[in-house]
Amino acid sequence: MAVEKILGTETEFGITARNTQGFDPVGNSILLINSHEAVQAIKAIWDYAGENPLLDARGFEVSGERERPSQQDNRAINKVLLNGGRLYVDGAHPEFSSPEVTNARDLVLYEKAGEWIVEMSRQAANHLLPPDGQLYLYKNNSDGKGNSYGSHENYLMARTAPFEKIIGGLTPFLVTRQVFAGAGKVGAENQTDPVEYQIAQRADFFEAWIGLDTMAKRPIINTRDEPHADEEKYRRLHVIVGDSNMSEFATYLKVGTTAILLSMVEDEWIRKDLTLEDPVRAIKEISHDVTCKRKVRLKRGVELTGVEIQREYLDMALTYYQGREVSPQVLDILEKWGWVLERLEEDPWQLHRHLDWVIKMELIRSYMERRKVGFEDQRVSMLDLQFHDIRREKGIFYVLERQGLVERILTDGEIAEAVGIPPPDTRAYFRGTCLRKYRDQVYGASWSSLLFDSGDLAVKKIPMAEPTRGTRKLVQEILDRSDTVSELLDNLTG
Amino acid sequence: MSEQERKVKRPKDPPKSDEAQSKAAVTEKGKKIKEDLDKLMDEIDEILEENAEEFVRNYVQRGGE
Repeated sequence: MAVEKILGTETEFGITARNTQGFDPVGNSILLINSHEAVQAIKAIWDYAGENPLLDARGFEVSGERERPSQQDNRAINKVLLNGGRLYVDGAHPEFSSPEVTNARDLVLYEKAGEWIVEMSRQAANHLLPPDGQLYLYKNNSDGKGNSYGSHENYLMARTAPFEKIIGGLTPFLVTRQVFAGAGKVGAENQTDPVEYQIAQRADFFEAWIGLDTMAKRPIINTRDEPHADEEKYRRLHVIVGDSNMSEFATYLKVGTTAILLSMVEDEWIRKDLTLEDPVRAIKEISHDVTCKRKVRLKRGVELTGVEIQREYLDMALTYYQGREVSPQVLDILEKWGWVLERLEEDPWQLHRHLDWVIKMELIRSYMERRKVGFEDQRVSMLDLQFHDIRREKGIFYVLERQGLVERILTDGEIAEAVGIPPPDTRAYFRGTCLRKYRDQVYGASWSSLLFDSGDLAVKKIPMAEPTRGTRKLVQEILDRSDTVSELLDNLTG
Repeated sequence: MSEQERKVKRPKDPPKSDEAQSKAAVTEKGKKIKEDLDKLMDEIDEILEENAEEFVRNYVQRGGE
């Protein structure tokens, strides 16, 4: 039986300064996350105790160093947020992890809220920096020079789903979903065939089918087995093959369809053999063809386009939900999925309000036409980059949004609210609400724990191994009648 | 959104918001977008101009993840 699909994303931002001479991305990322007053007011450390990113879902553990910073460093590079998310420094990038949510729409909401938090932090940091040091941040995944940074999705799955089934059922889907989820990119990287413009930012960077790595020899299926939850009951599928989306619509469709697919995998509903002959080659072939007509070869000999493969999945999904109860949102995702595939088949141009890669491509085309320049012009590369600038006034995606040229599914009011309020229906509610109510007594946090320091002899740890608990429904009453952390701990254990 | 659960039907038609759009309306819309784009291009040029071309050349990131 499929389990409830708890979702979350991790977004790494590109960071640079007005003058890049001697720019230190690590130091500036640390400054960034420590600049905003509301973010900085929370002193909780990140609790690494339960984490092990070196466990492989195929059943072994690889050697390597686990991350265990000192307490001071821990605080400098980690911020636990009132909305239940996490803002931190990962390598040389600021990164936002959304709180756990139960559905695609909420995921879009909290990913956008995270973008706002990063932008607020950027503004605060810039007050402290000289004119030359002013920071710019980009929600994209490539610097155009062969360096990529990630956008990762996380989906809670039943531990009982065999990993081989997940690999088999999911690979052709993940390779082809870029037709609507790609963020678009000028040029090719990583020694792939030259191209003027391609569908996905990250397709060029995938060099393996399956593996544990995320930074080198990137695999289409990542095998990290770190559920951040009850490991006997759950696994967390860590999807690293996607792009960061600016478009709310594209994010919604990307995570919505993927969650649907995973439920089908759990219920053994992938009944067509769509195995690709060479997924690593296919992901690039599809990305490098903006007409969406390029066929890729399946292992059983036939050739299909990315859109046709998506249609096979959609057909299976529609059959899967026949006679099953389905939420209005899943119904909406299924409808939009079919609608988008139809338009991609006819002419992708029609999606110039919906999908990042089409929005940006049409903008670049119009720009080149009017300014009589080609793809080699630096202004075109600048446009490609500036599309992902998170500044509301200068980011080109936001210029389009302001003029009503892109499809929205959220309002700014909702996003502003989600900056400081956790989702009500996962354990993120307990995390975020405790941070608001007992701010200075929350000693530490992780996805699966909360640590309280009530002034007693020892710090007390509340495990939260069940992501579907700690919800408003389950804990609001107990939080309401607990004025202090001591009372809360008594009430929780009593 | 209503909490009421519904049964799935195979969607044959596009979502309602686009159903009513005739081809002429799409063309008309395209024209309007073109005009808007002219304005937009000027705005974009202003944004791009303040960032020198070398800005994009110097945009180099360390690989992440």
